[in-house]
Amino acid sequence: MALFNQSRSTIIRLIFLGIFLIIIVQLLNLQVFSGKYEQLAMDNAVFPKVKYPDRGIIFDRKNRAILNNTIMYDLVVTPSESKHTDTFSLCDILGIDTAEYKKRMLEARFKNGPYRPSIFEDLLTPELHARLDENIWKFPGFALVERPVRVYPFNAAAHILGYIGEADSGIIKRSKGFYRMGDYVGRSGLESYYESILMGTRGVQYMIKDNRNRLVGSYENGRFDTAAIAGRNLRTSIDMDLQQLAEKLITNKVGAVVAIDPKTGGILAMASGPNYDPNSLTGPNKQKNYGQLALDVAGPLLNRAIQGNYEPGSTFKPLGALIALDEGVITPSYGYPCGGRYFGCGHGKPACTHSNPGHAANLRLAIANSCNSYFVQVYRNSVDNPEYRGVKKGYEKWRDYLNAFGLGQRTGVDLTSELPGLVPDTSRYNTVYRGSWNSCTNLTLGIGQDMMNATPLQLANAMCIVANKGFYFTPHFVQGIDGQSANDTLLNKFKQKHEVLTKISDDAYEAVHAGMQQVIDGTSSRAKIPGINVCGKTGTAEKFRIIQGRRIKLDDNSVFVCFAPREDPKIALAVIVENSGFGNTWAAPIAGLMMERYLKDSLPAERLKEVDRIAHSSLLPSYIPYLQYIEDSARAANWLQRYKDSSALRKFMRERSKPPFPRSREKAPKHSLGMVVPVTPDPRLFTKNNLA
Amino acid sequence: MSQRNPAISKGVDWVLIWLYLALVAIGLLSIFSVTFREGDNVIQSFLGFKTDYSKQFYFFIASITLGLFILLTDSKFFTATANIWYAAGIFLLLLVFPFHTEVKGTESIIRLGPFNLQPAELCKVFVNLALAKYLSRVETDFTTPRSHLIASAIILAPAAITIAQKETGLALVFFAFFLVMFREGFPAGYLIAGFSIGVLVVATLLVDKIILAIVLSAIAVTMIYFMRKQIKRKRRLMLSIIGIWGLSIITIVFVVPFLFTKVLQKHQVERIFSLIGKENPYAKLNTVEGEEPASTTKKDTDYNVRQSKIAIGSGGFGGKGLLKGTQTRFDFVPEQRTDFIFCTIGEGFGFLGCALVLGIYLFLLLRIVNIAERQRSAFSRCYAYGVASVFFFHIAINVCMTIGLAPVIGIPLPFISYGGTSLLTFSTMLFILIRLDADRQMVLR
Repeated sequence: MALFNQSRSTIIRLIFLGIFLIIIVQLLNLQVFSGKYEQLAMDNAVFPKVKYPDRGIIFDRKNRAILNNTIMYDLVVTPSESKHTDTFSLCDILGIDTAEYKKRMLEARFKNGPYRPSIFEDLLTPELHARLDENIWKFPGFALVERPVRVYPFNAAAHILGYIGEADSGIIKRSKGFYRMGDYVGRSGLESYYESILMGTRGVQYMIKDNRNRLVGSYENGRFDTAAIAGRNLRTSIDMDLQQLAEKLITNKVGAVVAIDPKTGGILAMASGPNYDPNSLTGPNKQKNYGQLALDVAGPLLNRAIQGNYEPGSTFKPLGALIALDEGVITPSYGYPCGGRYFGCGHGKPACTHSNPGHAANLRLAIANSCNSYFVQVYRNSVDNPEYRGVKKGYEKWRDYLNAFGLGQRTGVDLTSELPGLVPDTSRYNTVYRGSWNSCTNLTLGIGQDMMNATPLQLANAMCIVANKGFYFTPHFVQGIDGQSANDTLLNKFKQKHEVLTKISDDAYEAVHAGMQQVIDGTSSRAKIPGINVCGKTGTAEKFRIIQGRRIKLDDNSVFVCFAPREDPKIALAVIVENSGFGNTWAAPIAGLMMERYLKDSLPAERLKEVDRIAHSSLLPSYIPYLQYIEDSARAANWLQRYKDSSALRKFMRERSKPPFPRSREKAPKHSLGMVVPVTPDPRLFTKNNLA
Repeated sequence: MSQRNPAISKGVDWVLIWLYLALVAIGLLSIFSVTFREGDNVIQSFLGFKTDYSKQFYFFIASITLGLFILLTDSKFFTATANIWYAAGIFLLLLVFPFHTEVKGTESIIRLGPFNLQPAELCKVFVNLALAKYLSRVETDFTTPRSHLIASAIILAPAAITIAQKETGLALVFFAFFLVMFREGFPAGYLIAGFSIGVLVVATLLVDKIILAIVLSAIAVTMIYFMRKQIKRKRRLMLSIIGIWGLSIITIVFVVPFLFTKVLQKHQVERIFSLIGKENPYAKLNTVEGEEPASTTKKDTDYNVRQSKIAIGSGGFGGKGLLKGTQTRFDFVPEQRTDFIFCTIGEGFGFLGCALVLGIYLFLLLRIVNIAERQRSAFSRCYAYGVASVFFFHIAINVCMTIGLAPVIGIPLPFISYGGTSLLTFSTMLFILIRLDADRQMVLR
């Protein structure tokens, strides 16, 4: 029988062979032909730990660090190891109750699991860190982990320097995956503009992790690791003393101050009011502080120096003259017989502050006396220049001049979110006036009104052109980058000289300068500095605002532009204080103090008193508390509607706390005004995104 | 060879011994590479009985000692006591019911002090002896259905008890003995029928019931149509076709759902479905009220296999080298010292290492078959085939499960997996074979 079944041993052998063959084929498939498992194993067991480099430091013109790095501490917890923690004592130190403790522990577990550390409390204050550091042995599973934080040693220049924040989904998408969730990235100011230089190069450390995602050591002894390279430092033109003075002067006011070195285009100071402390957006309460700033209707996060649109008003007059001189339609001796009103268009508008004959007998006098009629006429001469055959061509040419001055388009300063201001093009006028308009229609452009809007930076830059007698450099902060190479093209455009006015003789410039100096010296100007020839021009712009459907006339904006010294200009300034009256009342003294501080390097005692006086004067427009009340109460009502929670609304229920409706400054209705009424944009337009 | 102690070494098959030593060494190395931590003193920890590789080493010493004792016994001892061993084995298995300790879901373990005794594991040896004894009896005529039934009963009795102890994996091993019966003349038709049922069950899982029933009916109808002439001559043919068709339908509609809801355990069903990559349709029937639905645990069931495939696949052609495997070193693969030890070899030594280990196994199996065929006594031959079958079953199922070709059944890889009982059992089986082979000229009854 055994013999009979002998052949079956072969079958059994074949079965063995067959199964082994199948196994070998599958092994070949897994190990040799399918490449994916190697990657899967890497994903499983190797964790590329990103090493963040220190961000670059920003220095001012005197090589003082104005934006630096420091170390703060996070309290992190590994939930699985925290069983024997002295919970009560920890809660006592942190000032939380045990319910909050349990909630945070649960959050930590949920976020990173029980075996990996999660942040329990971030960015500890120094005293909290000290107390925890002493007692940390009582809290197994808890640890203090260093975290680099940006610090602003001067508590100043918030709008210029900007801040960093976690990259949002938009940034991550645009960077094509370069930034990841949780990465910090410059969100505004220089931090954002020079992100590529400040951020440095990230390093990667490959770590081995185990099945519970704990890091257990370095992979292959760090053979594939790359080191983090620190970000490069920036050298700026900012004068921190001047910047601090500017911020002090603009306190409790809405407005902006910009100071530029005309010779290089380097910005010396740029302040915007209301202001905020940049360190409030880095420390432990940054979320809360940011929320407060974002909901403030006065818009402290708004950099009005580059985002505020203001009517230049009379400060535009020297520029209008320069255009006419360059085109050759006037000479410095050109005069206009102004009798108190401009009758060139028949309707006697605009009016002029002076009516004595001869106050506009030549260019110098016209500037010194700020004759409206004169500059309206100069504007009309430029636009109606027969060379161009027609007002539209002439206006386009005129507009080209302004664009070359950096008006009506972004100056290209090294800050993000600069606004272009407004110099309307012909199509805009064609739309508004259905194609039929002439130089009489928009004649107030000659005195910086009509639809013209400019940012304080643009006004300061225009002053540089006047001071430099025809050229300017694109205004900028950063003069140099440490370790600069030919690949750093970011700064190239700031080295380029823009020659915008070439046909004007030196005499003509001198006439303009003399007129501007007479503005300061002739009248009892508050921008006067003993021993220094200052050239300046005041401006006053009417301001209206629609509040609750009612058109309210607000106090005029006070505008002032200047440069000094006349012979060798070292500083050019533009100052705007919203709703504060004439240019000479607030803007001029601020400019005067700034120039004196910069040119003489210090301020005498009586001038310091003046600084204090200005710093302590609150000129916040009266409509702001009212608007804030409306905004806040509307939000509270919305909150009640949405979440059935009336706690936010309760404080608005008392009628007494409601601020009064702002009073209109308008004395009598002026319906017959022939000019287009200037409407300044609602400052809330700029903060709208933050409000939503 | 004869210079050594002639009483023991005479006739001993040294090839088997060398293969055995090689496999145990590979096993020790694999366990070492999983559990060794940097900084341990190798020799100290090897001798200290603290680490797994040290324990396995001492189990190996114990196995060798036991093997020596087996080599010193008379071959006739095994034929004489085969049935007694079998009876003792069944008794032990039954003893499990009152005295078991539940470990990891099975109820098949008796705890004796520090040791876990799993009678089902030992029963493999006893069933092998008893089956060999029965098949080699002079009175047995293995062409009769009665002898087929008895032989099957010898195998299936312990299998049934083991299933009752929720240890389906070990129970399946007993089915390996059908290979022995096949060699001894068990009609191939039975095995083909069994295989067909297996195919039918798998088909039921993969294809919708109704479609499968329609296909089977269509096959039956076409067969009747094409064989109508033969059917006219032989009425029974028609009946058998209809009978097979009816049985298939019953299997699809009643047997398979019964099997998957009542016989197999939930985790086993999940493993089978995760292997074929489908949702478990019996999940609801399986779930006791209040328990979470099975679909949420799906990820867990194929976690083992996925991690094991990643570990083996990442080894590539040449492997990452000893102690370099990231997957096996950091516990990504569960049970990797015991059931999933093959991953360690796959990751550390790559395709070459796997092929070498499989080559050694294949050589061992073929060697045992050769040895079986050279026996004069049927007992030795049957026993040898039994050893080959059990080894083969373990190796095939274990390796296939680590590379995703078989559902996860917790059975160890012979000589390599960590575990004292399994090493002792496999060693005993092998040494009894060597003992019997040494007396291959003798006719044992």
